[in-house]
Amino acid sequence: MRVTQGTFSFLPELSDQEIHAQCEYAIRRGWALAVEYTDDPHPRNSYWEMWGLPMFDLKDGAGALLEINDCRKTFPSHYIKVNAFDATQGFETVRMSFIVNRPPEEPGFMLRRQEGAGRTIRYTTHAYATNKPAGERY
Amino acid sequence: MSAIAIDKPPQASPPAAAPGLHALYQQSGIAEVLGQLDRELIGLAPVKGRIREVAAYLIVDKARRAQGLTSGPPSLHMCFTGNPGTGKTTVAQRMADILHRLGYIRKNHLVSVTRDDLVGQYIGHTAPKTRDVLKRAMGGVLFIDEAYYLYRPENERDYGQEAIEILLQVMENQRDDLVVILAGYQARMDVFFQSNPGMASRVAHHIGFPDYTAEELLQIARLMLTRMDYRLDDEALSAMRDYIEHRLRRPHFANARSIRNALDRARLRQAQRLFQNAMQAPDRRDEPELDALMRISAADIRASRLFQPDNRPDKDPAQIVVAPQVAPRAPTSNR
Repeated sequence: MRVTQGTFSFLPELSDQEIHAQCEYAIRRGWALAVEYTDDPHPRNSYWEMWGLPMFDLKDGAGALLEINDCRKTFPSHYIKVNAFDATQGFETVRMSFIVNRPPEEPGFMLRRQEGAGRTIRYTTHAYATNKPAGERY
Repeated sequence: MSAIAIDKPPQASPPAAAPGLHALYQQSGIAEVLGQLDRELIGLAPVKGRIREVAAYLIVDKARRAQGLTSGPPSLHMCFTGNPGTGKTTVAQRMADILHRLGYIRKNHLVSVTRDDLVGQYIGHTAPKTRDVLKRAMGGVLFIDEAYYLYRPENERDYGQEAIEILLQVMENQRDDLVVILAGYQARMDVFFQSNPGMASRVAHHIGFPDYTAEELLQIARLMLTRMDYRLDDEALSAMRDYIEHRLRRPHFANARSIRNALDRARLRQAQRLFQNAMQAPDRRDEPELDALMRISAADIRASRLFQPDNRPDKDPAQIVVAPQVAPRAPTSNR
């Protein structure tokens, strides 16, 4: 099951050229780019590991691509995303976030039902990948 | 041009109205860039020649692309060598603007670094530091001033080598994204390239900055003064000419930097002269005239120690300021 989260997630994978263009867009708007990675695909897992510090003084998308490619080399089958952080007052948040790398096989999620008191049922999703310890998942 | 098109297989037939080289030249605004270069930089024929070559290449490349021929940007990594004060830093700082307007690089920005910015202090510190600088410079020009300091042969555990290796890798793999300019004094750069053959082979353009002639130095002095809203009167001009003649023969002559220092001292003397005149006549309430504020007279220049009879080369305090080893980092106006 293909994980879809962030911007462009329903489009086919972005090419490097398209990633570069998106990074350029973010830089033009004055947003700081950051690369993050994880091997836990749960949708509520919003705090991914940081790949280096956010790049506040970048002038060109090629610099971000340098980091993305480094991260891909180190974690070829992790999820990698690019965040664009807007520091203007009032926003001070991530304005754009898109996935640039994903594992070749994505086993998907299991729906767990927990029977509670009475006949209530609580639902939870569980990623099959997280059955294995971190670092051995993909 | 049509002869080239005939040689190509038929599928690459030229578009009917492919623009000629002359039309491309006019469209590109390169003429303006080159004109500005000629006006603002005095002398430096080899540098201007190389920039002209690059400009011509980029136009021809555009024309080739219009005809469906293969085209790709050449590697433009450069090395500037020359004596102190010949304009290496100034030209490098202008290079980003030039290459951007010629359409070779995407962003008009220059990141100027020295050894301290690239080389770390402990194991594992150098690589992230160098990569960070490269990342910032992407899309523009990376200028490494006094690049020979990167390599310290006397210390085999020096981290400079690591920085050089990372630089080489990016210079090779990301030629489209980055132009690296190395600068330094001729003799030391020669040693640097001898001990780093990889670097020597990846830097395609070695541009030597010749020393200025006395006439060029005089022009530079006038240009500098015009920029600062000063002017030399006729006597001061001949005094300046004498000054340059004398200064050229002295040790530690740092070309335009020496001239700039001389002018700075002349400006101090001019201020002192105007001030003292005003103090001696306190009842005159009127403001100094515009012309007096702008004019540097012969006396301001002739007061230099260089013209004093007892002066010995090793006694001139000016030498300490302009000695190449301790020369202050050149600000933008260094020419």
